[in-house]
Amino acid sequence: MLRAVPLLTALIFLGPIAAGLAGTLLPAFGWLPALGGTAFSLDPWRVLLAAPGLGKAVLLTLGTGFAATLLSFGLVVVFCAATQGSPLARRAQAALAPLLATPHAALAIGFAFLVAPSGWIARVLSPWATGWDRPPDWATVNDPWGIALVLGLLLKEVPYLLLMAFAGLGQVRAAEGMRAAAALGYGPVTGWLKVVLPQLYSQLRLPLYAVLAFSLSVVDVALILGPGTPPTLSALVLRWFADRELSQWFPAAAGALLLLLIVLTAILAWRVAERVVASLGRRWIAAGERGGAGSVLRVGVPALMAALLVANAASLLVLIAWSFAGPWRFPEALPATFTLATWQAQVQAIATPAATTLIVALATTALAMGLALACLEAEQRHGFRPGQRALALIWLPLLLPQLAFLFGWQVALVRLDLDGTLGAVVWTHLLFVLPYVFLSLADPWRALDRRYARSAASLGAGPWRVFLAVKCRLLLRPLLVAAAVGFAVSVGLYLPTLFAGAGRVTTLTTEAVTLAAGADRRILGAYAALQALMPMAVYAAAVMLPAWLHRGRRGMRPA
Amino acid sequence: MSLVIEDLEITLGGRPLVALPRGEVAPGEVVTVMGPSGSGKSTLLAWLSGALDPAFRTRGRLLLDGRDVSLLPPALRRIGLLFQDDLLFPHLSVAENLAFGLPADVRGRAARTARIAAALEEAELAGYGARDPATLSGGQRARVALLRTLLAEPRALLLDEPFGKLDVALRERMRSFVFERVRRLCVPVLLVTHDPADASAAGGCVLELVQGTLVRVGATPADGGDGPILGWQTTPVGAASL
Repeated sequence: MLRAVPLLTALIFLGPIAAGLAGTLLPAFGWLPALGGTAFSLDPWRVLLAAPGLGKAVLLTLGTGFAATLLSFGLVVVFCAATQGSPLARRAQAALAPLLATPHAALAIGFAFLVAPSGWIARVLSPWATGWDRPPDWATVNDPWGIALVLGLLLKEVPYLLLMAFAGLGQVRAAEGMRAAAALGYGPVTGWLKVVLPQLYSQLRLPLYAVLAFSLSVVDVALILGPGTPPTLSALVLRWFADRELSQWFPAAAGALLLLLIVLTAILAWRVAERVVASLGRRWIAAGERGGAGSVLRVGVPALMAALLVANAASLLVLIAWSFAGPWRFPEALPATFTLATWQAQVQAIATPAATTLIVALATTALAMGLALACLEAEQRHGFRPGQRALALIWLPLLLPQLAFLFGWQVALVRLDLDGTLGAVVWTHLLFVLPYVFLSLADPWRALDRRYARSAASLGAGPWRVFLAVKCRLLLRPLLVAAAVGFAVSVGLYLPTLFAGAGRVTTLTTEAVTLAAGADRRILGAYAALQALMPMAVYAAAVMLPAWLHRGRRGMRPA
Repeated sequence: MSLVIEDLEITLGGRPLVALPRGEVAPGEVVTVMGPSGSGKSTLLAWLSGALDPAFRTRGRLLLDGRDVSLLPPALRRIGLLFQDDLLFPHLSVAENLAFGLPADVRGRAARTARIAAALEEAELAGYGARDPATLSGGQRARVALLRTLLAEPRALLLDEPFGKLDVALRERMRSFVFERVRRLCVPVLLVTHDPADASAAGGCVLELVQGTLVRVGATPADGGDGPILGWQTTPVGAASL
């Protein structure tokens, strides 16, 4: 049984991606018999290339995608360099983890509430500092340059990359390297860049590619914060897929394929740039420049990071504030009264998508945990150790634009007569939840001292008793955190829900993104706040439950 | 209840790691295996306890009391295992750790509690049952680990550098504590160690493992220095030591 699980997991996981890519590729060249496309042609590409604003959309996609990735990477690198070994780094880590639980869409909506001309920032500063008694006529959200989009992406990507960097730092023995560099007279920032970063980078590579791919192809954040005419390529493609005129699916498929090409080319270009930077870096290292104390960076960058954290927290608070707001006229910093009226009015409407969100997230997380644990257990019991290449496959759904395979996968789901069912949504969510769950479980699982299991077995405990009573209990905390991560990922998924749900399965995320197009701020605030609070509550439970269970066990406290 | 290894050969990717002809450890006897790191000691122990990674290829049999157990899963072999680290489960109390080892056929809460309390008392740890193992001293933890192993009623014992992490003063006391109880149990015991003092305290015959093969067999120094060099196969092991 257990022996079959790794293969089964690969099929469940790679099948939809393969089917999805094929199902996008064929219509992009005119083949989709269900819609009368029975001959291969280049027409979809002709329509695509003739579409107004396509060139600008592509430029916008490239600009925002690279800007968000480069800025978040830069900020993370400089922050790590400036705070290596200081208690600030540890505090940042504790503050960041819960932020990762917040769904993109909720954060983007909150950010819009913050920076819009009539947003919280303008309100707090008006009229005393700005002199405004009505919102200025500025485009701070949906600006044509995509600046709001880039900032909104940073809010989420910086914490993600920072946590990945912290995880990697433990493995490269950064502190020892820094001591050695300091003894040779290197300043802290220069020493970090020359000694730690080159070792750390290989651990950050795949997360960085995932961030790049995500930034280039994101849809929900682009719909909420990005420009509208033209939008980014991904939003444009989604517009065609959503068109009543089904013939638009052909250029849409071609557009999805174009997006895939852009993402793959971008990753390739990044790979080439890595080589160039590495060789320049080698020369810089060989030159022996010691660098100074880096005082400016050591104050400035943590301040920037703090601003980012505050923006994150304020984005969440403003959602909650709006959902409870009574009358709230423009320049006032707070609503005149707080009321339950919005929640009372919406409770009926919100209950269904909230329940769906919960059911889908719980089911997906349970499945992902089961599969990931079974794979890891099969690895230890039967020695099924996946190779480096096989493991890289788990990153596939995170490195490909979702649009590039979700459309084709939806077509396949229609064939299987599964589209629009909860099962289809769960299966599709699994493609994105499983990688996160597996990646966050694998390290602690493999790091557990194998002698605990041997010890238990020598006392007569069979494999399942060892699994449940020893391994899972000793790893309860990372297990629950992995589950919370999986839950948060599922709650936040927009496109996978949209495509697999075929418009019939609505979750808080799909509702919130739809409402973001112009609903009342109070209602939108309620949906987005609930969407944000659900994963946070689960994360809090995941951290507190083991702490409570292990309150009398010193050996179980996290290191 | 003797432990017999028959024509053992362990290879990894075609490379031989351990090759032993027939050998026997008698009940109540402690055979010490010494050898530098990389000589195959941990591979041998992993095979004996049934925890060898599937990547290894093995040939040969392990007989416990005449029965071949080499294909049994670790949980059914009833071969007790004691490591350098105590490996008490940190999520369980001292008594719960011991209960994990106590066979399930000791039924009834009262009977089980009584067995555990008696074991603790006998080890001068009376009243420690409810304690968090992390709050115990190194010596106390080592004693609890031994009690846990013994309560499981093993039919043979493997001791993997069991005193390696204890400080020198404690090591002496722990040695007599362990060997006294082990002898009383009257099962075959295999001790793997770096420390010649462990070997002489064990008082059995000493084998040396070099590059996967036993190249020398001697009586313990206490018995009067190096004995004649004999094959493991032909040594009347029990007679030499007791």
